[in-house]
Order: sequence, then C-alpha cells, then structure tokens
Amino acid sequence: MNWLLAIVQTLLFVALAPLLSGWLKWCKCHLQNRKAPSLLQPYRDLMKLIRKQPVVAEHASWIFTRSPYIIFSAMVLAASVVPLIAVDLPTAASADVIVLVGFFAFARFFLALAGLDIGTAFGGMGSSREMTISSLAEPAMLMAVFTLTMTASTTNLSLAIAHVLNEGLVLRPSFVFAMFALILVAIAETGRVPVDNPTTHLELTMIHEAMILEYSGRHLALIEWASQLKLMLYGVLIANIFWPWGIAQNFSIHALGYGLLAISGKLAALAVFLSISETLVAKMRLFRVQEYLSFAYLLGLLGMLSHIILEASR
Amino acid sequence: MSNLNWTEIFGQAMDAAGVLIETQPATADHLSAWQIADRHWQKLAEVAMTHRLRWSAGWAEQGPEQFSVYVLFEKQGEYLQVRTSIDLNRAELPSQATVYPAANRSERHTQDMFGIKFAEHPDNRPWTRHKAWDKHQYPLRKAFAVQGQPEAITPPDLDYAFVKSHGAGTYEIPVGPIHAGIIEPGHFRFQAVGELILNLEERFGYTHKGIEKIAEGRTPESLARLAGRVSGDTTVGHAWAACKAMEQAANISIPPRAALLRGILAERERVANHLGDIGAICNDVAFTFAQIQFSRLREDWLRTQANIFGHRLLMDCIIPGGVKHDIGEADCDAFKADNVRLRKELSDIITTLDLNSSLEDRLYTAGFLSEDIAAAFGTLGYVGRASGQDFDVRRDAPYPPYDKVTVKVALENQGDIASRFWIRYKEIMASMKLIEQFMALLQAGEIATAWQIPAAGSSGLGIIDGWRGEIVSYVAFGSDNKISRFYPRDPSQLNWPALEKLVLNNIVPDFPVCNKSLNGSYSGNDL
Repeated sequence: MNWLLAIVQTLLFVALAPLLSGWLKWCKCHLQNRKAPSLLQPYRDLMKLIRKQPVVAEHASWIFTRSPYIIFSAMVLAASVVPLIAVDLPTAASADVIVLVGFFAFARFFLALAGLDIGTAFGGMGSSREMTISSLAEPAMLMAVFTLTMTASTTNLSLAIAHVLNEGLVLRPSFVFAMFALILVAIAETGRVPVDNPTTHLELTMIHEAMILEYSGRHLALIEWASQLKLMLYGVLIANIFWPWGIAQNFSIHALGYGLLAISGKLAALAVFLSISETLVAKMRLFRVQEYLSFAYLLGLLGMLSHIILEASR
Repeated sequence: MSNLNWTEIFGQAMDAAGVLIETQPATADHLSAWQIADRHWQKLAEVAMTHRLRWSAGWAEQGPEQFSVYVLFEKQGEYLQVRTSIDLNRAELPSQATVYPAANRSERHTQDMFGIKFAEHPDNRPWTRHKAWDKHQYPLRKAFAVQGQPEAITPPDLDYAFVKSHGAGTYEIPVGPIHAGIIEPGHFRFQAVGELILNLEERFGYTHKGIEKIAEGRTPESLARLAGRVSGDTTVGHAWAACKAMEQAANISIPPRAALLRGILAERERVANHLGDIGAICNDVAFTFAQIQFSRLREDWLRTQANIFGHRLLMDCIIPGGVKHDIGEADCDAFKADNVRLRKELSDIITTLDLNSSLEDRLYTAGFLSEDIAAAFGTLGYVGRASGQDFDVRRDAPYPPYDKVTVKVALENQGDIASRFWIRYKEIMASMKLIEQFMALLQAGEIATAWQIPAAGSSGLGIIDGWRGEIVSYVAFGSDNKISRFYPRDPSQLNWPALEKLVLNNIVPDFPVCNKSLNGSYSGNDL
C-alpha cells in the first residue's frame, strides 16, 4: 500500500511538473500585460514533440541519443525521494538529501556530455557555463541543506520535515538564511532569470538552452520535461522544508487530499513570487553569477553558524 | 561662408601635392564635384585624411569606354564628390582603404561587382561575392544580364579565409548565418579565451539581392519602389534618398507641402524604429517587460500609419517628385494624439527603466566604442552620436523641409550601450517635436511636381538622414527615362565595422546586446 502510494506520488510529480511551468508562464505573461497561453500549453508542446521524429547530428554518439532518457530517469528518481504530499513514504526513507543532490549532479553530468558530444560551439559553450555555475551552486545548496539537517539531526528529508512539523512554528534564524540560500541556488540551477533566460533565442547568451540546441523530437520533449521536473523539485523542496504544514502525516484519503491542496497552493505562490522577480530584474552579466552564488553560499554558511551559535546549545 | 573654405583650402593642398583638379558643375546644394586622374586616387585620400575629411561613400559605374569610380567626402556639412575614370580593359586603381578603414568593404564590394582591382588593398578577400558567379564574371558590368544566371543552388562559400587564432585555450565560435531567432542572416566568427572576446569577424552578403543590378533599366517610379526595399525598416529613408537623387538629375524641385510630408514620414519612421530598438535592447538582457511595452507602443504608432497611409511601415509613400498621399486635418490630429500618448507613456516607462539597477548594470560600460574608433570608421547616426560624432545631415547640410526648422541633434559621449539607448530616447523626443513643427508649417498646395524626363547621362546624389544616419543614394539616368546606375549607401555599411571593435574586451554572452545596440541592417549592407 505504502509503495503504491509512493509510486502514485512520483507519477503525480511527473504529471504536474508541466502544469507548474504553464502556471509560471501564465503569471509572467500577465505581469507583462500579455495574453497568456493556456495552462495546458506545456502538455501540448510535450505531446507535439513526442510525436515528432528526432533529428540527430551525423556525429552524435550514443551519449547524445541516450542522455535524454538518462536525464529524465534521474529526475524521476529524484522526484521519488522528495516528499510531495505525504511524509514517511518508503522511497523517501531509502534515500536522503545527499542522494538527491547526487541525482541532480548525475543528470547534469550527462546533459553537459551531450552538449559536448555533437561538437558544436554552442553545445560546448553551454556545457562549460553549466559546469562553472554548478560547481558554485552545489556547495551552496549543500550548505543550506546541512543547516536544516543539523537541526533535525538527519539527512533524510522525510524525517527532517517531520521534525520541523513536530517542533511547531519556531522562528529560526538559521532557517531563514538557509531558505534564502536555497532560493538563490534554485534560481541558478533551474536556469531562470537573472542567471539564465529560458525563453531566449540568443545562442550566445544561453546556458541550459545552448546544451540542448541540437535536440529535437522526443529527445527534446524528455529534456524539457526533465527541466520542468527540476523546477518543481526545487519548488517542493523549498515549500516542504520551510513550510511543511499541510503535508500528509498519515495515509488517509482526507490527509492526502489536504496535502495535495497544500502543496499546490504553496507551489502556486512560489511561482507568483518567481514571476514577479523575473519581471523586475534583467539578466545579470555572466561573471556576476559567481558573486551571486558566492552570496548564496555565504547565506548558507551564516545559516549554519547561527544554528551553531543560537540554536545548537538548546 | 567658412564652410566653403575647406574645399578651397583642400583644393590648394591638392594642387600643392601635384594633383590636377577638374571642377565639375555641382548638382546639389552643399556638394562640390571634382574629377582627378586615376594615378592620384590614393594621394587624394592621403591629403583628405590630413584635412580630417570624413569618408562617406564610394561606388563605381560603367560608362561606354571607361569605369567611373566615385568617392564622397564630407566635412562640416559640405560634401565633396570626386570622380576618376579608368580604362575598361585595365581596371585597376590604387586603394584608399590603406588610408581610410571606412573604405575597406566598399572597395571590396566594387571589386567583387565590377572587377575593378584595388591595388595595395589591405584585405583582398571577397566581400559581397560568395559563390554565385564564376571567377571572371562581374555582375554589375553591362555585359552581365540583368536577370542574372540562375543556378539551381549556389554552392556554399566554404573557402573564405577567416582570421585564425592560435594558442592554448583560444577557441572559435562560428555564429550564423542562420540564427536561433528570426533575424536576418549574417555570420559572426568569434575568437575567444574563456568568455572573453579576442576578435570578432563579420561575414555578410547572405542577403545579396542584386538591388544595384535590377535597378538598371527601371523607370523612376519603379526605382522608388525598389529603393524602398533596400532595407525594409528604412523604406522612407531610402526611397527619399533615391527620389532626391532622381529629382536632382531631372532638375525638378518638390513642392513645400511634399517636403513637409516627407519630413513627417521620415520622423515617424525614426520614432517607430527607435521604439522597437529600445525594447529589443532590454529584451536581449532578459528584461522582457520593457520589450512588451515598447512593442505595444511601436505597434500603436504603426497602426496610425496603416490607417492614414495604408502601410504600417510607410512603403511606397514617397514617389519621384513628391509624395503619394496627402493628409487632412483629421490625420494631423491623429499624429498629435499619437505624440501626446507616446510622451505620456514614455515618461512612465523610461523612468521605470532608468531606476532599474539590474538593467543599468548590463547597459553601462558594456560595448564601449571610443570616439577615435567611431571617427576612424565614420560611424553614423545613433552609433556615431553616442560616441561623440556630432553630425546630422538634417542640421549640417539641411535639405527641405529641415531647412525651415531648427534640428537639435542628440549627443552622448560615453560610447556604451547605455549611450546608444539614451540617444534613441532623445531622438524620439526630438522627432516628435519636428513632426509637430512640420504640421504647423503645412500649407495647402500640391503634393507632387510633374516628372520631367532627365537628359541621358544626367545623375544625382541624394543625401538624407535616415533613422540609422546618413544615407547616400547615387542615381544615373540613361536614355528614355531609364535608370542606368543606382547605388544606395546604407549607414549600416559604415556602422558594421564598428561592431567588430566595440565588442572587444566584452564577454561572449554580452555580444547580442552589443549587436542590438548597433542594430545594423544586413539587407542594406548586402544590397
């Protein structure tokens, strides 16, 4: 029963990810005085791409053609360990937050390889930029996550969330720092403004898009879907770690329904916040990203220090 | 009369250098015409450089027995057109590009199209020529058929000798000619270390349409239509320049009302394009909000034009002898309402943009073009004016209707993207004022003069200020009212080389916004 629930939750994750992207696009359009496409547009795009035959470069090796499947699978696995509507699911117990970061790194590794594989200048450029950014983003993310896990004394996400729930509403300076660090990292890792621009057509400014320029058809669909999953994963992480209230702690239909409603509301609010910030700021110069991520790391570090100084003694 | 002095002093300097000058009747105001011997061609450039003349345009023409090669210089609003003749069978001329970098691509274009060899040219690679013609075919020679020699597929231009870079860690990024966005085709080749741009090389010619060739044999009306398609966003500018040249050749002057209407058209074109550009610059740094707002403003502006002139971009509104459509009181009111609305909206939006520090961070100091380089390449329009090049045909060599008003030229000297951004804003404000002044000056009257067939061999040189800057248009007539030569020099031709310089020391991902701030026309460059 529990395993069934875990699978259903993972499927829900995969199924809802495009909806979140559609909602984000909808918010952005309305903030910019534009007519928005339907919320279901990302699904239609994915369907269209899946039906199309992929066009693969002559020089592409197996890395290029397999990477979309590897990346998508890694994101689905990552989704299975993050509590979406309920805690204490068996999948969540089997893997902790470091494994989650590992899944992200695994997917990124193959994405960067695929960018290099076909030998175009843009692919290599995108891969190089992606690795630069991730090498700075990963430590910042780990630092933020460690702050949380030190409070809960576990690296298991499910247990950590349960711990936060049991503690009740306590204002922890460490959590505030960690949350902001995680938000900054999430923006960088999911390729949003001001670090990357997911809607740009300018090859030379691209990071994520540059790596996947040569993809088409179902390959592109899988990669797009994986990106949408990644965005949702980060959203769920931020929402459920720092505001876990509402998440189902038992497996009754009532609790699960309430959990689904809660996470939907939280994600929708986060997307509104993201779309406002994307409307207000221009993309930063590429070399500013280091400062930006160093700041995220600093926030994570401050979170950790304030935990040790203010909270650990209690 | 201080303006006239430099031509005289320059003439004396040329005499002292042993160059015999044959003065020819000038065909227009602010223009002198000389003829010199071909062996003095380079000497001319050298003396011109010491007198700090600006190289403006160069082109050639095939006569019955010889090629005529022209060069146009400008200083303080006075133009000097110098011609030389070379033998058809011994088509060689000393290069001026050794002295004027601005002449580089123009001479290569002439070399490609006419087979006139420019000796000692610093860069003898082809420019407009890709692989469409055999080695010894020169499309602008009279023997070459106007309809060309259509081939199923033009072979790819694979052996162009791009600049190479060597050394550890340097790499090349070829971009285009087909881009991820829907823009004109052009190839950019970067040499970079990490993200830092070491060198940029442009390769154009992908939109070569044979404008110069298909102009031959056209009637004046038909040429005006063609000129309006040299570059779609400058349809008023190019049509005006070509018509002005034809009107000089036919020795007719346009009615005052037609001149004022042309002025209104040209200024409206300027406003529309600047609005689009400001939004596009913001979009290139992912500030989409501004782009959406400016697209809306531009579209509203264009729709008024569609209602009144029947074409959003004002194509074919200018005809030889005048303009095609008259406007009434109601139309003037619509223009005034447009101005009022635009001023109000801009005051809100521009303030928002000005206060946005993330935008400021991207635009200030990026894409710096020094005054020296801007002057060396003779950069025009907003690119030149953002780097301290205080020149505007409308003010310095005024032509109707600008001779009736005071044209204030916006000037910035920071030379960065922000300067080119703010110049556009200032020009929008100035253009709206000009439109109002022109409307106030409108008096009832004719909107076109009857066309008179020009004598065979007569020619004209139309110089006007388009929205990108000075446009030079040369038109020569053959017999029976037929065009024998048309050469439009779009300002982009002189602005593009500046891009290769202003991106240096920038990083690769900043190139698109640098390029957008310059916004050269590929079509106007490739002809």
